[in-house]
Amino acid sequence: MGAVSTSPVELEEPEVDEVTSLAKPWVTIVWNDPINLMSYVTYVFQTYFGYSKSKASKLMMEVHQDGRSVVSTGSREEMERDVQAMHEYGLWATMQKDD
Amino acid sequence: MTHGFSRHRRTRTSVAVFSAFEADLIRSLAGQLVELLRNENAAPQAEDELERMLDFSGPTAEPEDPVLARLFPTAYPEDEEAAGEFRRFTEGTLRDGKAAAAAAVIDSLEAAGLRDVDPDDDTQPTEVEVELDTAAARTWLRSLTDMRLAIGTRLEIRDGDEGDWEDLPDDDPRRPVHDIYSWLGFLQETLVDSISR
Repeated sequence: MGAVSTSPVELEEPEVDEVTSLAKPWVTIVWNDPINLMSYVTYVFQTYFGYSKSKASKLMMEVHQDGRSVVSTGSREEMERDVQAMHEYGLWATMQKDD
Repeated sequence: MTHGFSRHRRTRTSVAVFSAFEADLIRSLAGQLVELLRNENAAPQAEDELERMLDFSGPTAEPEDPVLARLFPTAYPEDEEAAGEFRRFTEGTLRDGKAAAAAAVIDSLEAAGLRDVDPDDDTQPTEVEVELDTAAARTWLRSLTDMRLAIGTRLEIRDGDEGDWEDLPDDDPRRPVHDIYSWLGFLQETLVDSISR
């Protein structure tokens, strides 16, 4: 790659809340199942989503105790990728519009 | 009996030593998984033969076998059409990936010296040492999960049922199956632990 000199450009900050609600109307949900190990579910959340150990453990505990947890939010296409990846790892995942 | 996987500091690999019996058991379970994933008809059942032969798309309906239904869950529980579309585009890829992972498990065992079982063959090693780099360990983790999902679904494992399994009479045919299920869980736990360090 060649070196390109850039000068900083002032960008107007968008209204974050509005943008998020428009761009992220879908969620991936992981459901509790009696077979998968807690350590493995935590490992999957860390490895696939790149979540920290504490965030991954927190989500795993939500799945375990509440029966389900929203593990990612994004566009429909992004969530289809996440659900497919969760199925690849053997987790029970579904997706729906965020409500 | 194996102590499960442990982290090899110098080579940064996960290492386990199995008896030939244990290694052969894992190979046999992985082989059954490959067969289940490849043999069960993954294509839609068209009425007309010509239509069936020309249909190269994936399935749209949830598999009838509870094990396959668990391995390939319905992505949109409240939208049958979207669920069918999702399945059509993903199930084939997922099946291939899971079958390839199980085949990779068999390959690691055989590369580590496991031979075909032949009572007249006295060259079978008594121990099989498997050494997995991080990528191979991740493949094993996924495949051990698939094996546990398959066996656990057949056994109808439920949350908090551990005591029921311990109370099973010795001659109950589910008992040895549950022992294998628990043993795979132990292996997986040690493998997760070995790559999380």
